[in-house]
Amino acid sequence: MAEEITLSVFRGDRSGGREQEYKIPAVPGMVVLDALHYIQAHQAPDLAVRWNCKAAHCGSCSAEINGSAKLLCKTRVDDYTDEVIHVRPMHTFPVIKDLVTDVSWNYEKLRQIPAFQPAIKAPFTLHQRDVDRIQEFRKCIECFLCQNICHVLRDHSAKDAYWGPRMMIRMAELQMHPLDTADRIDLLKGSAGIGYCNITKCCTVVCPQGINITDNGIIPLKERVADKYFDPLGGLVRKMHK
Amino acid sequence: MAQSAETIHGSKSKSGAAWWVEPYLTVLALGLFGVYSLWLVFFQHTGQFQNYLSPFFSPTEDWGIKVLPALWVLWAPLLFRATCYYYRKEIYRGFFHDPMACGVPESRRKFYFGETRFPFIWTNLHRWFWYIALVVLVFLWIDAVKAFIFPVAGGGSTFGVGLGSLIMLVNVSLLTMYSLSCHAFRHLVGGGSQKFSCADGSPTTRYKLWNTVSRWNEKHGLFAWVSMFSVWFTDVYIRLLIYGVIHPVRFF
Repeated sequence: MAEEITLSVFRGDRSGGREQEYKIPAVPGMVVLDALHYIQAHQAPDLAVRWNCKAAHCGSCSAEINGSAKLLCKTRVDDYTDEVIHVRPMHTFPVIKDLVTDVSWNYEKLRQIPAFQPAIKAPFTLHQRDVDRIQEFRKCIECFLCQNICHVLRDHSAKDAYWGPRMMIRMAELQMHPLDTADRIDLLKGSAGIGYCNITKCCTVVCPQGINITDNGIIPLKERVADKYFDPLGGLVRKMHK
Repeated sequence: MAQSAETIHGSKSKSGAAWWVEPYLTVLALGLFGVYSLWLVFFQHTGQFQNYLSPFFSPTEDWGIKVLPALWVLWAPLLFRATCYYYRKEIYRGFFHDPMACGVPESRRKFYFGETRFPFIWTNLHRWFWYIALVVLVFLWIDAVKAFIFPVAGGGSTFGVGLGSLIMLVNVSLLTMYSLSCHAFRHLVGGGSQKFSCADGSPTTRYKLWNTVSRWNEKHGLFAWVSMFSVWFTDVYIRLLIYGVIHPVRFF
């Protein structure tokens, strides 16, 4: 590993900014967040970076490292040997300062999802196999890297039409719960805009928790929408079966 | 799980320099397959060589509907593949650059409707094309069985194994795995249900089916490609036999 590493870090705010280069000593096992902390401590005390757990569990330090959407605390600097490490804020959300972005839109959308409505009053007993499927979705740390990389939000700025993969996973978690009675299918097809997802799977690729967002979350939800809106024969069979 | 180096934005990363390879390979493979299919539709009128039948021309029964022989069959599996969740990813990335790769900026277009409007809203009918493709698959299995029954000089037939028999068997097996690993099938067999346990705690039949199909579904992309190439290869083999370019190989 080189003795010195070079980082090019975005400095700026909503009005604009540019990348600024910093050279720091390399330390074995160093992650990009360590490198940014070194810059804060020795060269740029006003550098803004959001972080908390430094263990890939809080989802705070999402950013773009050499063009890839990643957690700063989970990305080792020795992954970029002999390269300048470019660190930029998430592209999809407005910059507050330097690497800190305003992700409040995501929380607004989360509040609009109908909450869990159990068929029976808690406490209840569930079989593990009934909750295995939704426990995958509960691994989400809300880093919003999936929202950041989703091209519908990122390139088409369609936040008014599509709520993004994180919201789809939240709805899948509730919709597939064995005791949930709320119906979110109309919402999914309507204002949540699941039809805008064209399953190019970038959300799955960037998920630091390894959640299979597209195959296990979005596609099964699309199929549930198809059950209701695009399969009258299947609907008839299900009604007769009931 | 390690984060993938697939995501690229701009051209600053050395580690992800080959992000454009996959979409261009997709365009090349699907484009060539499309051109080959059109050539069969418009310029070839049979896929039969002795007891071997090309998958592009099966079934041969037309039930009185007169269309070009290959077109009679081809539309169903083509629409099944065109609306397939796996191929959709590849098609949107390769042909529409929507996006070309994760994080690669798209060319600015005024409108993006995804799969909410014509023509892509049709992708929601994937399960219907799956039903039709399943019917075609039954005929392909019948053809694969017939490929092991060889005519005997002077009348009658006998069991035998030729290279073509094996190619057709492998082909229909791959097509079966492609069809049974489908996301829509995964949903239909059990994915749509809310509960996977019976009252006594034992797994439901739907759970067992869903679990099995889920395992196959992990390889759906692989089955999609190999089954497409096997269909292609099977037709090329039979066509070379028809044109007399090669001779049939019979093991016994």
